[in-house]
Amino acid sequence: MTMTQQPNPQGQPQLALTGISKHFGSVVALDNVDFEVYPGEVVALVGDNGAGKSTLIKIIAGVYQPNAGMITFDGRAVHLSSPQAASALGIATVYQDLALCDNLDVVANLFLGRERASAPLAGPLRQLSEEAMERQAIDVLHSLSVNLPSVHRPVAELSGGQRQSIAVSRAVLWGSKVVLLDEPTAALGVEQTALVQQLIVRLRERGLGVVIISHNLADVFKVADRIIVLRLGRRVGTFQRRATTPEEVVAAITGGVSLAGEEVH
Amino acid sequence: MATTEAQTRAAQAAPPTGWRKLQLALRQQMARGELGPWPVLAGLAIIWAIFQTQNAHFLTARNLSNLILQIGVLGVLAIGVVLVLLIGEIDLSLGAVTGVCAGVLGVTLTLHHWNIWAALLATIIVGAAIGVLQGVLIVGIGVPSFLVTLAGLLAWGGVQIILLGDAGELIIYDSSVRAISSAYFTPLQSGVLAGLVLAGYGWTLLRQRARRQQAGLSAPTVGTLVLRWAAVVVIVAASVALMDAYFGVPYILAVLVALALALTWVTSRSVYGRHLYAIGGNKEAARRAGIKVGLITVSVFVIASTLAAVGGILAASREFAVSIGTGGGTLLLDAIAAAVIGGTSLFGGRGQIYNALLGALVIGSVENGLDLLGQPSSVKDIATGVILVAAVSIDAISRRRSQAR
Repeated sequence: MTMTQQPNPQGQPQLALTGISKHFGSVVALDNVDFEVYPGEVVALVGDNGAGKSTLIKIIAGVYQPNAGMITFDGRAVHLSSPQAASALGIATVYQDLALCDNLDVVANLFLGRERASAPLAGPLRQLSEEAMERQAIDVLHSLSVNLPSVHRPVAELSGGQRQSIAVSRAVLWGSKVVLLDEPTAALGVEQTALVQQLIVRLRERGLGVVIISHNLADVFKVADRIIVLRLGRRVGTFQRRATTPEEVVAAITGGVSLAGEEVH
Repeated sequence: MATTEAQTRAAQAAPPTGWRKLQLALRQQMARGELGPWPVLAGLAIIWAIFQTQNAHFLTARNLSNLILQIGVLGVLAIGVVLVLLIGEIDLSLGAVTGVCAGVLGVTLTLHHWNIWAALLATIIVGAAIGVLQGVLIVGIGVPSFLVTLAGLLAWGGVQIILLGDAGELIIYDSSVRAISSAYFTPLQSGVLAGLVLAGYGWTLLRQRARRQQAGLSAPTVGTLVLRWAAVVVIVAASVALMDAYFGVPYILAVLVALALALTWVTSRSVYGRHLYAIGGNKEAARRAGIKVGLITVSVFVIASTLAAVGGILAASREFAVSIGTGGGTLLLDAIAAAVIGGTSLFGGRGQIYNALLGALVIGSVENGLDLLGQPSSVKDIATGVILVAAVSIDAISRRRSQAR
């Protein structure tokens, strides 16, 4: 019952992968996997080590190309040939290491590689539009209720949760429609975790599709609308968070018998 | 929600003003281990005070004017070192490049009687080309910059010896090259130049304030800006007056200041400068953000080598000759020491162009002061070493304190 239903009735998925297979030599990492995330939905991707989570995420991020299968974004078939192609479409990936420059301040990190600039000189010698960037940074942080002591602090001085918030805000600032978060709370304390969870909820409220990969089921059950379980390269379960229990999900992850009495493969 | 927004806007609209704000900012900086130029300025004041008590000639217009001439080459090289350190690389070849470029200038001018502009252009081009070669080896093949430039240090030194021939020295007869290190602006000229720079600085401050207000950001009051501008006016006017009390502002000082101002703008205001700091802070993050790390790395080595070529021209001008000793000795190590004493990190991502000038001033002052006291160069080297360690230790301690908080 809980295994295969279509969850959110908000029309078409923001991002959908169908029949994705990926093998490395003779090792099959993903075998005919479907995956979808709707606008305004938080999907948790869970599974044991080696279940194929990272491979799937890297395919969505454009790092790997699948051997078979189809990807649609906004209902159109797309080819995620590179990380740049994925991010140009509006798929942002926040890896565990966050990819922040510790020595730069919040504004500089938010606009890293996409600085706003103007004359007098051309090309790389354009003058930074510091004020415009600062204004936009304050506005986007405010809209996401991210509280920082100052946007001029080097990010090295910020807490883990704040740093995670900046990495996520960057995705919002750049107009992403799907945000992938790799273990967003793995290195965080209780308070910081709550901060990041609130931020994820706000991303959903803004209508973004959010995908979180997490080992922490408590975390998953706090924020996810839907939980997709991978096991040995296959999608073995899809759960509505409100209609399931951690026990059921764990059973799916480990390949035990679910409470519904169906055996999970 | 509405109230918090109103509060935020209110807080932005009415920041603490004037003196209180400066105090706050300073305390925040100290707590973060960002001491800025203050430790170096304090160190410089102590060094000057010591030498002045030992020899009353130290703080005279004449000696300080000489000091400026002495640190010209060092200062230009140290600017290049700051740029290279900023992206987390190192360039050990800059001294040798200085020597080879001075050699090129000597050969083209003295042996081949080239037109002065052609000779200067050739010198600069050779410097830039060396930067391209080394940068491409570092980025393209992936050899660490330490090794590529160490090889450069050895190889360009050899080329310099070949260029200078059996005599090992070429006299520079060209009067305009000689003038660079031995000519001075008239008080009128330096007054006009300084006035232009100060007017430009004031205009920049006001423009910045206007833009911040336009964007609805907290902006400093006009009073704060006037104070800040006035402080710079006083320092510049005092320096110019001091130089005018001897022969005037040396051309070399103008060259140093012009290079420093231009590169300060590039590093702090341009997209390119932002990317330098990003690469030094986290190369992988910069790459993922789409910054062209390889291209920028090569460009930095080109700029540093080109600055070394300028240093070579200044050295030839100062000595009226090019010898196998030009660009040699402790020049490169002094330049690295200057950048670090000034506050630049060896590990990338932290540093300012002015660091180079302050550091060069410290090293130059020690050398000059000990010369006045008749001390041998051994004492000078020991003193410079001690100061280098002291400067880095103060920096490390302040950083550890800020991390422990």
